[in-house]
Amino acid sequence: MRSVLRRIFVASLLKRRLGSALSLLSIALGVALGLAVQIIHGAALAEFGQGVRRMSGVADLQVVGPREGFDEALYVRLAQRPEVAEASPVVEVDALVPGLSAPLRILGVDLFRVAAVEPQLLPVAEDKVGAGAGAESDRLAALRQDAVFLSAEAEASLFDDQGGVGTSAPRRLTVQSGLRLQELEVAGKLPGARARIGVMDIAAAQDSFDRAGLLTRIDLRLAAGVTPGQALAALTPLLPAGVVLRTVDEAATEAANLSRAYRVNLNMLAAIALLTGGFLVFSAQWLAVVRRRREFAVLRALGLERGQLVRGLLAEGATLGCAGGLLGVALGHGLAALAFRFAGADLGAGFFQGVVPALHFDPLSSTAYLLLGIAAGVGGTWAPAREAARVVPARALHAAGLPASAGGSGQGRTFAALAVLAAAVAASLLPAVGGIPVGGYASVVLILAAAILALPPLAMLASRLLAAGRWPVWRLVRARFVASPQQVVVAAAGVVASVALASAMAIMVNSFRLSVDDWLTQVLPADLYLRASSASASGYLDDAALQRIRALPGVAGVDAVRAINLRLDADSTPVTLLARPVAQGWGLPLVDGTRTPAHDARRPPAWISEAIADARALKPGDRLDLPIAGALHAFTVAGIWRDYARQHGAVVIERADYVALSGDGRINDISLRLADVGDGDRVASALRELFGSDRVEIARPGEIRAVTLQIFDRTFLITYLMEAVAVAIGLFGIATTFAAQAATRKGEFGMLRHLGFTRRDVGRLLALEGSLACLMGVLAGLLGGGGVSVVLVEVINRQSFHWSMDYAVPWRALGLFALGLVVLAGVVARLAGAHAMRRSAVLVVKEDW
Amino acid sequence: MRHSPSPRWMEQGSGGFVHAILHRLQAVLFLLFATLAALPPAAAADFATVRPDVALSFPRDLGAHPAFRTEWWYVTGWITDETGSDRGFQVTFFRVRTGIGERSASRFAPTQLVLAHAAIADPAAGRLQHGERAERALPPLAGAEEGRTRAWIRDWLLEWDGTRYRARASTDAFSFELDFVPGDAPLLNGRGGFSRKAPDPRHASHYYSRPQLNVDGTLTLDGRRHVVRGSAWLDHEWSSELMPERANGWDWIGINLHEGGSLMAFRMRDGDGQPMWTALTFVEKGHIRRGEGQDAVRFVPLRVWRSPRTGAAYPVEWRLELPPAEPGERTRQLRLVPLMDDQELDSSRSTGAIYWEGAVRLLETTDDAGAGEADGVSREIGRGYLEMTGYANRPRM
Repeated sequence: MRSVLRRIFVASLLKRRLGSALSLLSIALGVALGLAVQIIHGAALAEFGQGVRRMSGVADLQVVGPREGFDEALYVRLAQRPEVAEASPVVEVDALVPGLSAPLRILGVDLFRVAAVEPQLLPVAEDKVGAGAGAESDRLAALRQDAVFLSAEAEASLFDDQGGVGTSAPRRLTVQSGLRLQELEVAGKLPGARARIGVMDIAAAQDSFDRAGLLTRIDLRLAAGVTPGQALAALTPLLPAGVVLRTVDEAATEAANLSRAYRVNLNMLAAIALLTGGFLVFSAQWLAVVRRRREFAVLRALGLERGQLVRGLLAEGATLGCAGGLLGVALGHGLAALAFRFAGADLGAGFFQGVVPALHFDPLSSTAYLLLGIAAGVGGTWAPAREAARVVPARALHAAGLPASAGGSGQGRTFAALAVLAAAVAASLLPAVGGIPVGGYASVVLILAAAILALPPLAMLASRLLAAGRWPVWRLVRARFVASPQQVVVAAAGVVASVALASAMAIMVNSFRLSVDDWLTQVLPADLYLRASSASASGYLDDAALQRIRALPGVAGVDAVRAINLRLDADSTPVTLLARPVAQGWGLPLVDGTRTPAHDARRPPAWISEAIADARALKPGDRLDLPIAGALHAFTVAGIWRDYARQHGAVVIERADYVALSGDGRINDISLRLADVGDGDRVASALRELFGSDRVEIARPGEIRAVTLQIFDRTFLITYLMEAVAVAIGLFGIATTFAAQAATRKGEFGMLRHLGFTRRDVGRLLALEGSLACLMGVLAGLLGGGGVSVVLVEVINRQSFHWSMDYAVPWRALGLFALGLVVLAGVVARLAGAHAMRRSAVLVVKEDW
Repeated sequence: MRHSPSPRWMEQGSGGFVHAILHRLQAVLFLLFATLAALPPAAAADFATVRPDVALSFPRDLGAHPAFRTEWWYVTGWITDETGSDRGFQVTFFRVRTGIGERSASRFAPTQLVLAHAAIADPAAGRLQHGERAERALPPLAGAEEGRTRAWIRDWLLEWDGTRYRARASTDAFSFELDFVPGDAPLLNGRGGFSRKAPDPRHASHYYSRPQLNVDGTLTLDGRRHVVRGSAWLDHEWSSELMPERANGWDWIGINLHEGGSLMAFRMRDGDGQPMWTALTFVEKGHIRRGEGQDAVRFVPLRVWRSPRTGAAYPVEWRLELPPAEPGERTRQLRLVPLMDDQELDSSRSTGAIYWEGAVRLLETTDDAGAGEADGVSREIGRGYLEMTGYANRPRM
């Protein structure tokens, strides 16, 4: 029996090749996309986490503080504690290499300590094999104050040639600290390191990068018998404010947290693509079931049980899902490989710079996504199989038509749709769980379901509106709509999901982009910007430089920004502290509070970004303690501002307050206001002359804006791609439906031809039907998409990224998209039916009778 | 005479002692090797030079002399536990001025390094057990104090408190905490503590010894704690340019005599194994005899032991010939016998430095008939340490 079943059911997939292929492909695409996102992120995270672990060696605990560092006295104190077996101090500097866009991470380590704690950082002096005695005497010294050791990755990125020949001349590396250039000698390699890093002696690093007295990290190995928990309890009281002790695993998960929201969002998009695939399977299977009614009736008459019929059909779906899933798994790995090659591990989002992940087969995710594919296949077949089982054999043997009752009453559907919609609204009000907007995602799924449930009522409504026309083709279309709205529903279901997804994303991205653009205008009010390096790297400016700039002719005003990072508490990721003039300065996009608060010397004002306001439930007037220079200082929240640049939050304080508390007079960015805006080029060249063109970056707000928007668009590249795929899947749905319908309607077409319809008329009929079905789907999809976009903007983005945006619908683009889709659906339907129309009318009619 | 982490030694691989000292910390060693090899020649003006006209003064000179390139406090001795088992021990602290980072503003500036080495010679184990540490001087974690003896690397320590020395060291295999009480004032070697190492007086060190230290303390070995007593020897030596270029290795002894005296002797060997320079400080019955020159003392190898690990052949038994102090006297003949043969310190797996450093007994033949000492009846007159370098094949890294 099993082999018979297999022949009847699974083999039938082979008979309807196009339908099967499209269903399979859509499942494959959904699986592939989801899996690719998973693999790429998994690999990047694993690499990043391993990187953190490798960098930390065999350390049990790590002491970390602000990026700028903390007092080295802590190392001496910790190293003497009985809980600590080994302590290794580290100064991490992102050294600016003039002429290179990416700074080089240099770790200043105590070479005598790394062996016990971070053996992977041990340098090996360059082996001068075959060099003469002269070379022997100037053998490179690891402790030497200008010696730097490079990992293979760093060396490859810094030097074009791979060495080998003529390496007797030592390689030199110029790095920038502040505005000062410093020449280092590449003294050897780091065979154990697998990241783009360099290692120097800790004293050399402190001297070279003006970090005297500062460390950024201490790696600890605990004494035998001391648990990390005990050590945490004993050592934490010794830490100055803003410095935390954590396990190495926590350090690795910090990276995961950084990108989690982004990753979850992408995964959800993939899941929606898969869902769309499921709809497609549903529509294909539904039609197949309809077409095979007589076949099933015969089988039932021959003794096939109801359950067997259902199981057989489900097996069909499972086979389809499995094949699609397998194809998807292969495709997903291929996509991931391509992404690694061309886009980097962060899919353009910039989370994992410098991480070079390798593509590995991921059995767990692959299995999970394969199962999802099968679930989509089985799920899509579920309703059609139930429908087929309900058929009474005797009746079905006679009538080849479609079942009349395929989906309950329109009114029932309307209520169901409204109920689901209400559930969606309720879900969207739920708070985030662990930083992930679970309620928001549930709401998205529910809205999609509601949109599909709303299709039949929409179709009924449409059929009423169609009544007006007199043209025969038009009337035929209407007759069909009224007679079997279910078929329209089936054809449009795939379109609904994909259009909803695409339009929701389009609205969200449009809102986001407009908001970012607007925000850029607010935060970049100056005429010219000057910086020595990005905030984290080793270049910086100082007050002397500021004075010199102020004295330049044509400069009307200057504002200085100091950017550091700090940890508000042990558990949270670091936030950015921006010290700049606020009350007299310009460019702070406030959403709440004021730029000019009442003066309070004991509690200076702080302006926090939305992320911090959300995470700590702060509002203007609240107290905020900031760890600056190793001590906690109280501030008053004066306002909340919108910040798209720093997802984990930023705090702005007056630069004067910062300098008074920390004594740190360094400056990262200077914004210049010019007396005459047209004077930009002249002032820019004067600045270059003043500081050396290789040591500073000068940017116009327009350039910064262009680059930012470019990064923005790149970030959403993957989203656009997914949208395209989803829409393609939706169109596949229409094509499958119409191909299948056309086959069953050969008789009808023959009759129409017999009655005087030309082939072209039949084609028009098909195209119109396709377009109308698609229009239904598009309308439902746009409605659903509108709802989903509200959830995306107000719930999902707010909860995952903590940023607000102004809702803005790209009406024209959406209109064009809808119109294009409807036209395309007509074309697709016409093409799908071409086969059925090709045969001679007489022949077809004869055959049918 | 002690081995030192002088750059030239490392360069030539003739001693490679610092390597051996840091046996396990291969890479650290390599760094150090590279560091020291890259040092400017000792003639560079910024290293203090050893001069014959400088008189040593105590307690000041018990402390560190950071202006000189290398310095060490080197304690060796015999200890007996409560069951009567004899063991040898050794604990050494080196201070090295690297010449690097002297203008640095950083507290971590590697201008001064401190290295330490500890070993136990236990006949029951059949070979040496040893451990080592290396750090940049960074008080209070590691350093070498001026003005009094105090050198330490975290919990490893050698310290003079005015009446006694205290040494502490621990490794995975053993740990000890020992007190040393000297009987006498520091004993100056060479001429007033100016100890030449070669015909060229440039190669010299400031060098004093503290023989006959009474040892009292505890040794934990294989998890068992022993109360130990014994007798030890401390050498303190500092210089900027020690080893002559032609030198290939040396043999050194420091022996406490049972009757209260002491014997320090060394010879520097050239590439052919011929003595280039020898020296002697011999205290017996309150009388001090010092000698320096080509022939102040003769080392005659008697029995060779071949290391099964490295294949190096060490003369583990020696005849020492002390030439007549005054005309008409006989040449004095003494014999050195090791506590155990295998006291080789093999770090060929890490740095390639291999040498022999072990506990020995000093015997004197009582037969005055003029027959060879092999036929005579030998009496143990002292115990101490023998160090032999430059016997292993030059290792390849």
